Amino acid sequence: LYGHSVQPFQGNFCPHDLMYPDSADYPDLRKHNNCMASHLTPAIYAKLVDKATPNGYTLDQAIQTGVDNPGHPFIKTVGMVAGDEESYEVFADLLDPVIKERHNGYDPQTMTHPTDLDSSKLKSGKFDERYVLSSRVRTGRSIRGLSLPPACTRAERREVEKVVVDALAGLKGDLAGTYYSLTHMTDQEQQQLIDDHFLFDKPVSPLLTCSGMARDWPDARGIWHNNTKTFLIWINEEDHTRVISMEKGGNMKRVFDRFCTGLKEVERLIQEKGWEFMWNERLGYILTCPSNLGTGLRAGVHVNLPKLSKDPRFTKILDNLRLQKRGTGGVDTAAVGSTFDISNLDRLGQSEVQLVQTVVDGVNYLIECEKKLEKGQDIKIPPPVRK
Amino acid sequence: MHLSIAGGLPCRMCVLLFSNDKMAKLTIKRLSPEEEFPDLSQHNNHMAKVLTQDMYTKLRDRATPNGFTIDGVIQTGIDNPGHPFIMTVGCVAGDEETYEVFKELLDPIIEDRHGGYKPTDKHKTDLNPDNLKGGDDLDPNYVISSRVRTGRSIRGFCLPPHCSRGERRGVEKMSVEALDSLSGDLKGKYYALKNMTDAEQQQLIDDHFLFDKPVSPLLLASGMARDWPDGRGIWHNDTKTFLVWVNEEDHLRVISMQKGGNMKEVFNRFCTGLTKIETLFKDKGTSFMWNEHLGYVLTCPSNLGTGLRAGVHVKIPNMSKHAKFEEVLKRLRLQKRGTGGVDTAAVGGTFDISNADRLGFSEVELVQMVVDGVKLLVEMEKKLEKGQSIDDLMPAQK
Repeated sequence: LYGHSVQPFQGNFCPHDLMYPDSADYPDLRKHNNCMASHLTPAIYAKLVDKATPNGYTLDQAIQTGVDNPGHPFIKTVGMVAGDEESYEVFADLLDPVIKERHNGYDPQTMTHPTDLDSSKLKSGKFDERYVLSSRVRTGRSIRGLSLPPACTRAERREVEKVVVDALAGLKGDLAGTYYSLTHMTDQEQQQLIDDHFLFDKPVSPLLTCSGMARDWPDARGIWHNNTKTFLIWINEEDHTRVISMEKGGNMKRVFDRFCTGLKEVERLIQEKGWEFMWNERLGYILTCPSNLGTGLRAGVHVNLPKLSKDPRFTKILDNLRLQKRGTGGVDTAAVGSTFDISNLDRLGQSEVQLVQTVVDGVNYLIECEKKLEKGQDIKIPPPVRK
Repeated sequence: MHLSIAGGLPCRMCVLLFSNDKMAKLTIKRLSPEEEFPDLSQHNNHMAKVLTQDMYTKLRDRATPNGFTIDGVIQTGIDNPGHPFIMTVGCVAGDEETYEVFKELLDPIIEDRHGGYKPTDKHKTDLNPDNLKGGDDLDPNYVISSRVRTGRSIRGFCLPPHCSRGERRGVEKMSVEALDSLSGDLKGKYYALKNMTDAEQQQLIDDHFLFDKPVSPLLLASGMARDWPDGRGIWHNDTKTFLVWVNEEDHLRVISMQKGGNMKEVFNRFCTGLTKIETLFKDKGTSFMWNEHLGYVLTCPSNLGTGLRAGVHVKIPNMSKHAKFEEVLKRLRLQKRGTGGVDTAAVGGTFDISNADRLGFSEVELVQMVVDGVKLLVEMEKKLEKGQSIDDLMPAQK
């Protein structure tokens, strides 16, 4: 005997859910410090808990990572993810305030996000290579019509892989490259990718694993890169795709040129086959984590700032320039020596061109400060740049 | 057929209708079963051995009344390919009905894991400690401690991989109410994981009672650690010889233990405690998940039947180095582990020896095997200490 409920149920809606009043299911967030916990009131929970996206994704799934990871007193994580494009509509009552908090007051209900991938607009963008060791721009893209990593089925994930790999096979010239599937790579290929610092592993961070995005690892995951190793795409890690343009040295202009050209070319190639990226003018490019909406763009450099980094004004200078520092191992690592990863703080509400310009102007300013301190001159905290 | 939910549970809807000819259908968009079938080419677990494309295609269209699907059952087995030497189960139940709705997958796994146990076999439950012969005189110079554990699930609630927060809290509330009414030797106290003080936590660690959020990917991948530590806790009696874990891998894990070799006393307390708790649940209008084919129903198919592991920590440095050690254990239907529990190595010749079986033998039978078997191992150890042979002590296959 197999059971079914009186009313047809959708996705993960379970008949037993009807047995328990919403308050019994409301999570205990008293020890939590993340954006989801700050905005999920019992009233919002009750309003959204019985809803599901057309793919069957529910509020409980969206917030699971934030329930399981209370956060840190000093770092405020987002605490929720999207399982599909529709999550951002169906759960807007929670996601809009979360987005507003995370993205500096950007109100998805009233504002529109500018997209601009015309890299010719970037001014200067070639850094002094005595200070800047490498330059990098990354973003993510999602394939419309397929669920996102927290919720996708194995077949959907494989479809993402197929659509993207087919498109990448059409890239030519400086962008021509090869795909390495995580399941099928040889030991030798694996070692080369590790040596190039390209290989990504199964995530260990509970922030990621609790959302369900690591299911079925390593099925349909892989890495593509061009022959010159300056354009790299991760498939089915935290997002459908992560797109990275990078080079040693300080030529951010060329990195951004390649980034824009590559992205537009990949978009053209998937459109030929009837696919498109998830995008709308309210939220820009749609990605798994609300923190990556808009441009999803992080443009950064590894830069050596021995004197400036010890100056007590360093943090304030970065804040005013709308920049963020990380260790050279990436997010949550400490700097080694005096080499920092400096990148844009913002993602949503400003275009790609604007954000990369912010990084270019800001890093140039930091280098000027470093040079002044070298000569024993004093530096100034710059006025806050337009947010 | 009409099912109404047992009284006492807060609910807004109490009736579910069941139908013979309609399967529960999920309306989520999905691609074909061939496109969804997992890649199990690198896998070595029971689920991977049994699951074929045809079976997956058939089971994919079903769900339990609580909405648990085949993908939920097998996710842990896909995410954990296994080990060339250790054969893990690779699947879990999300509710009691899982074992029925997905029987095409679970029956062969149960048969393989539980020594040929057939879908038509009946399991004997015997929790009468008077039926145990001896067991009160294992030599304490060798047997350091004795322990019996099992699990229990509360009928009407989903299991840890699938339960909602409300259900998990419901399990906790019911269990704590039942445990709080125990008296005498069994009287004790509950420590909720999320409310315990630092001092209480340290004491529980020192007593080796505290359980942590699981780190094993075998467990995490099934979803049983969601919302940690909400609804989880530890109850133990004042004399620290009867311990209950609430909402770890199962609704309840029940442990009776003490230092020394008096397994009879440990088992007495085990049976008394369990029987009392079961009575208390029956008074509240529910019961433990149990049926005459699978015995007690738990999250992992490996723990069906009795869910019982009776074991000792025993010093057998000579015996454990003997060439026939593994053979002896096999014949006695015993299993060795390190003293840190499953997947640990033995330290200094001290082993955890316990019953290998769970299903198809009663509780009394399994504890009897441990008692008799450990007695024999100690005798063999004593002989080896004196440089004598153990050939004439070799047991027959049980």
